[in-house]
Amino acid sequence: MTTIQAQRAQHGEGTAPPAKRPRKRSPYPSWFYVPAAVIYGVLFLVPTFASFYFSLTRWTIFDSHFIGFENFVNFFREPALVSGLTHTLVYAVVTSGLKVVLGLLLAVLLTSQIVGRGYLRSVVFFPVLVSTIGVGLTFTVLMNPERGLINESLSVIGVQGPGWLTDPDYALLSVALVDVWKGVGLATLIFIAGIVSIPQEYFEAARVDGASATASFFKIVLPLARPATVTVVILSLIGGLRSFDLIWAMTRGGPGFTSDVIASVIYKQYQAGFYGLSTAGNVILFLVVTAIILPLYWFLSRKEVEL
Amino acid sequence: MTARPRPKRNLWLSGTAILVSIVVFLVPFAFIVLTAVKDRQQAALLDFSWPENFQVVQNFVDVVQARDYMLIIAFINSTILTVASVAIMVVLAAMVAYVWQRRKSKWNMLINFLVLSGLIIPPAVVPTIWVLQKLGLFRTMPGLILVEVAFGISFAILLFRAFIATIPRELDEAAIIDGASPFRLFFRVIFPLLRSVAITVIVVQSVTVFNDFVNPLYFLPGDQNATVQLTLYNFSSQFTSQYNLLFMNILLITIPPLVMFMFFNRRIVAGMTSGAIKG
Repeated sequence: MTTIQAQRAQHGEGTAPPAKRPRKRSPYPSWFYVPAAVIYGVLFLVPTFASFYFSLTRWTIFDSHFIGFENFVNFFREPALVSGLTHTLVYAVVTSGLKVVLGLLLAVLLTSQIVGRGYLRSVVFFPVLVSTIGVGLTFTVLMNPERGLINESLSVIGVQGPGWLTDPDYALLSVALVDVWKGVGLATLIFIAGIVSIPQEYFEAARVDGASATASFFKIVLPLARPATVTVVILSLIGGLRSFDLIWAMTRGGPGFTSDVIASVIYKQYQAGFYGLSTAGNVILFLVVTAIILPLYWFLSRKEVEL
Repeated sequence: MTARPRPKRNLWLSGTAILVSIVVFLVPFAFIVLTAVKDRQQAALLDFSWPENFQVVQNFVDVVQARDYMLIIAFINSTILTVASVAIMVVLAAMVAYVWQRRKSKWNMLINFLVLSGLIIPPAVVPTIWVLQKLGLFRTMPGLILVEVAFGISFAILLFRAFIATIPRELDEAAIIDGASPFRLFFRVIFPLLRSVAITVIVVQSVTVFNDFVNPLYFLPGDQNATVQLTLYNFSSQFTSQYNLLFMNILLITIPPLVMFMFFNRRIVAGMTSGAIKG
């Protein structure tokens, strides 16, 4: 009797409802959560919450001075910083849009009866695994306006290639294209997994009914590969909005500020010692990401149910 | 099944696809290899040409010796970082995923929310430095290892959870009846069964951590602590006139992922596409 009560006291610890405890201990102990929760909590949750406070301060790591919304006001007053916000959106939309379209087309191609399918899948996917910095530096050389391979090849067919990374109009889009080059393999693989999971009977039935290849693409593949599309859109948007390494390796935000994104603004402000402003950039990035991803996720997965 | 759907067109399509793939995907890699073995003058031309004299060994030695063998130190650092953070991640993520999947409790919604947050929310950089500084872990390898664990564990938990759902509960019950403690049940019965998904997690996360540039840049600055990605970044300013060495460096740090790819292609694909079929 006393031992049972003691045990209850040990495990109940105040908040537990008075309802009967099932048997002794659960075979799935809660303390399994503890080590992961500590690391995640201390190094991810605490900084995330702290960022909301520190973004409202003038901050030198050691002491902070509350200044209200001044950092945000500065951020939105400075044209170079505001353009970082629009560039982030452009970059994310362009990269994820191209990844969806090209990824889907490649996936359809690579699930059809085609020679060299294994080779093609590998070669499209491999850049995903290569160092982003390495890819960035390689393409910086390839995109060199005078001597780079891309413009040399274009001049052979009589086209004057632009200064991919040196022309303010093209810099951001050039980096976005390299991002697509590196990331389209992942999108393709996700689409392939989605297409392969569609039962073959549908295609056969469509063929018996005399549907063209285009018709079965739009009526079968597109709707039934929807979960894959959702995954690709969400993943590449998250990646695009947070993107930093490739831009930093290729242009460092230049020429001028024409390819700066929020993530590179955060780094530049951090380097310059404006920790409060840098953290404000982080909070803005947080708000942008959640404001785009959450409604989109909700919208896309709701539509899926209605189908 | 294969009812000969117009073989002619398929051949034409295959040919085009292979040709385009060579131009778009193989030429950049060939460019890396060719430039890496050229001499300095020819590499500076930046053109796509056959090397006039091969300097494979010379360039390799030069790159390794640059800045007091920084590349060697960096490879050691990157190896420690990758091995330690992935090992911790695998064990802790498996523990969380196991209890999360097995136990119905009011915490499950919260865990779900936290895991998704970990995937979506961009980490707050300077506040993380502030926390590390308070703990005395800023600019230290253990600090960076824990940061990689914190940022990467969400994805690992999701992969493990999906797999654990396929392991029958009867197995747990049998072990419990045999008198296994929860600890033994997990580490002796369940964990060994997670081998295949654990390999997937290990491979995918190793490549991610090895290729990570941002976190070492912020949380482990300084030449002595450089990881391989940072050497590349540091060399890129130093080697502006020595493209052969820059590309030799790129080539060297591409080898580990290439090896991973050759041995674990299917695992990587399985891990990275796991979200495709069920949102």
